[in-house]
Amino acid sequence: MSPVPALALSSLGAGDFQAPHVAYVNLSPILILFGAACVGVLVEAFVPRAHRHLVQTAVALAGLLASLVAVIMVAGAEETTAAGAVAIDGPALFIEGLLSVLGIVSVLMLADRSVDTGGGFVAQAAVTAGSPADRRLRTAAYSQTESFPLTTFALSGMMLFSAANNLLLMFVALEVLSLPLYLLCGLARRRRLLSQEAAVKYFLLGAFASAFFLYGVALLYGYAGKVQLREIFRAAQTSSHDDLLLFLGLALLIIGLLFKAGIAPFHSWTPDVYQGAPTPVSALMAGCTKVAAFGAILRVLYVAFANTRWDWRPLVWGVAIVSMIVGAILAVTQTDVKRLLAYSSIANAGFIMVGVVALTKTGISSTLFYLVAYGFTTIGAFAVVTLVRAPDGEATHLSQWAGLGQRSPVVAGVFTFFMLALAGIPLTSGFTSKFAVFSAAVDGGATPLVVIGVIASAVLAFPYLRVVVLMYLSEPAETGPSVVLPGGFTSAAVTLGVLATLILGVAPQPMLDLATNAARFVG
Amino acid sequence: MIPYLPVLTILPLVGAGVVLALPSSRRQLAKVVALGFSLIELVLAIVMCAKFAAGGARFQFLESYSWIPQFGVRFGFGTDGIALVLIAMVAVLTPVVVLASWYDAEPVKRPVKTFFALLLSLETCTMGVFSATDLFLFYVFFEAMLVPMYFLIGSYGGPRRQYAAVKFFLYSLAGGLLMLAAVIALYVIAKNQGVNSFAFGDLVGLKISAGTEKWLFLGFFVAFAIKAPLVPFHTWLPDAGAEAPIGTAVLLVGVLDKVGTFGFLRWCLPLFPHASTYFAPLVLVLAVVGVLYGALLAMGQHDLKRFVAYTSVAHFGFIALGIFAFTSQGGSGAVLYMFNHGLSTGALFLIVGFLISRRGSRLTTDFGGMARATPLLSGAFLIAGLSALALPGTNSFVSEFLVLVGTFSVNKPIAIIATTGMILAALYVLIIYQRTMHGPTNPTLPPMKDMSAREAWVIAPVLALVVALGVYPKPLLDVITPAVNATMHDVGKTDPMPSVPAAGSRTQGGNK
Repeated sequence: MSPVPALALSSLGAGDFQAPHVAYVNLSPILILFGAACVGVLVEAFVPRAHRHLVQTAVALAGLLASLVAVIMVAGAEETTAAGAVAIDGPALFIEGLLSVLGIVSVLMLADRSVDTGGGFVAQAAVTAGSPADRRLRTAAYSQTESFPLTTFALSGMMLFSAANNLLLMFVALEVLSLPLYLLCGLARRRRLLSQEAAVKYFLLGAFASAFFLYGVALLYGYAGKVQLREIFRAAQTSSHDDLLLFLGLALLIIGLLFKAGIAPFHSWTPDVYQGAPTPVSALMAGCTKVAAFGAILRVLYVAFANTRWDWRPLVWGVAIVSMIVGAILAVTQTDVKRLLAYSSIANAGFIMVGVVALTKTGISSTLFYLVAYGFTTIGAFAVVTLVRAPDGEATHLSQWAGLGQRSPVVAGVFTFFMLALAGIPLTSGFTSKFAVFSAAVDGGATPLVVIGVIASAVLAFPYLRVVVLMYLSEPAETGPSVVLPGGFTSAAVTLGVLATLILGVAPQPMLDLATNAARFVG
Repeated sequence: MIPYLPVLTILPLVGAGVVLALPSSRRQLAKVVALGFSLIELVLAIVMCAKFAAGGARFQFLESYSWIPQFGVRFGFGTDGIALVLIAMVAVLTPVVVLASWYDAEPVKRPVKTFFALLLSLETCTMGVFSATDLFLFYVFFEAMLVPMYFLIGSYGGPRRQYAAVKFFLYSLAGGLLMLAAVIALYVIAKNQGVNSFAFGDLVGLKISAGTEKWLFLGFFVAFAIKAPLVPFHTWLPDAGAEAPIGTAVLLVGVLDKVGTFGFLRWCLPLFPHASTYFAPLVLVLAVVGVLYGALLAMGQHDLKRFVAYTSVAHFGFIALGIFAFTSQGGSGAVLYMFNHGLSTGALFLIVGFLISRRGSRLTTDFGGMARATPLLSGAFLIAGLSALALPGTNSFVSEFLVLVGTFSVNKPIAIIATTGMILAALYVLIIYQRTMHGPTNPTLPPMKDMSAREAWVIAPVLALVVALGVYPKPLLDVITPAVNATMHDVGKTDPMPSVPAAGSRTQGGNK
């Protein structure tokens, strides 16, 4: 391998990885959230059931808020800590901050009980679905409040995932974020079989993906003799081992990451799982998991494989193209709102990949910006989905949305706004974020990707528009859905989504500045 | 001094907000408020036009505010003579349309105030698109404009409104997104040359390689050709024009479609001069095909609204012809044509709307002998029709003549073929007029009243302008010509001198 000049991504050299101490202050955002999750488990054990929901909500929100405050306090820090296992740098802190905000929005949705008696989660998950006991519990006023600590565990795993600077820790974080999600998927109060099926599917495929990831780590360890990302970077220049080991390792590693990010061709779980999971959990996966996964993808590609990019870049191009096209085309045929949002998330993952392959500083910043914009819009859209209900639960079939604009203009208006944002209409965050990633990609020499990207956007506009047509231009169906008046929690979640989508579309500069300042990896 | 252009852009949006804030039951008030805002806008626009120094600086009323420094995006406003004329047209047509749509929103069981709020927000977008000197800002308005128009057609339109609205939106969006790719590529090229800006002045004269320039031109061209619409990108227009409520149809064909031809002049030609020259023969052919094809289809229509839509396809052929002839006469004629087309097609649509509202049908076969029952309407229809066929003495004649003269001096065959379009125009207008207004009275015609006072107020100013500009177009041309000359200068074109061909070599006009 010829020595390629290293990207100027790191400011710190090799000397730091031996540092024995752990920078607790700089790690505090992650540690606080882990703490909150542990407190949540204790609450589950010691607080009587009647108070659990309230206490759990408070603990989760307080943990996330404290974590956000901690991110703001340590902003600007750049170091690797815990023997080089964790990187604290711009992208890591940016994503930690983003995850805590998106986490707050998700927890708000999770905590809402105004929409369905007892909330969206099952009262006793262990009861056989469809049994008489299960039917009795359907209207129970309580639910499995374990969903809160599970969510906080998942979120802290996500934070660690995007900050992990060594492949083993990254694997641990991957499991920490995945296992709670597998469980959460199976906890829907309504349509429990679908929910459990989603959980099993996600678990099986996720376990495979983890295995791929781990195998990739093993191969890379064999190649470099180390698991630190920076060491792999160095080994790619100096190692005498066969490069096949390196690329095979990268391929397996990246499959695991692409799976978590829901990028085609590793996307097949997404629609089923998004559809079956309780909607707040679908929102959590579409918003937060995607953010964390892209944080990890960025770090792995930009830090560990920056000097071999000419070898893997065509592959990533291909993945981005497949993801945009598959997501866009399959979205056209969907008849279920949650599946539609799932395919939209696959296509959007493709768009984000377009930003990733730019391999420049603007590539990082535009990807981060896109993650912010997309996260808020998609969580907001899922929050609206929880509000549109039929007698047997959420009305997710599109035909049930006909004429919604006349029954409840505000909900339809908000959802239309999210759809227009996803379609990339100007004055929404969808436009500015697409502009950001596409201009970064053109700058990085990926113009063909951008052309495919705009074509995919044009195709995607059709399914989004179809929902709008159904809501506004169709006459209401006779057995149309009822829209429940959202409680404070869901209202807050939707409002945050709308505000972020609007502000990032109209005045994106502060967030762009933030993303630009954050766009520097330490190695 | 008032920042005219930003105010003109924002004011209708404020009006839309006010209208939306009114209680749903106050329908009459919503209409009056909407009309009031559009009239204030008209007054402002007239004041601005009066202050515009014809022959002064190319861009006047310049305003620029920072927006997204990271991308070099600014709220950049400014108008040259071309944009000024179109801004005036928007300002004139909007109150006319508000008044004409007075009862349009009632039968569809949708909120009346929303309809008028959408009309006003559409005015914001069109004002913005014509007055933006920043490409990014232009693009924002260019795309945002789809949303109110989509809801106007989709919520308040005819029986096939869903189909028409979605088709309109998807066509325009697809074109717009291709343009977005070109905009981004242009931005990156500019940035690599040290220009982090979208301002018109900064983008003109960039060094772009010939191959890239062609691709960028095509990106812009397809978006504008869909908007304009040029054959073969026109198929959305008859559907959208036919299903849109009348007032919306006037704005759709009269104003929105002008954004396409305006885009050619403002962005395509100056930014990509070489590619424009390279593709000009192709565009000229498309334009002539449009002239003839639109005219033939118009002749075959039995649906009055589709008829007007197809006449527009023919007229847009003429406009594109004038633009891509690259002569000052052709260009001035094309810009004047844009304004005149807004008036004459607007008048045609409005009168057709009056007829349809009386008869309850769009088919010509349901009419016949109307002239006896409604002489005033019939007379107005005739004037509007004559304007559409460019009879001397009406406004369109001047512009069509200029376009043909301008084209003739550079490309005789194209000009000659296009001239037959004038004959076809006479045919299609007179055939439709004859079928609906003359002949034996259709026995199924319900008893109907002649023009009401409101309708007279709607149509009179438009017809007055039709005649006035037919007789005395000079004020408009004085404003237009310097701007067109500046644009042609950007393309590197000067008018061909009348010359005697040198022996042994044929010179062709239009080359450098």
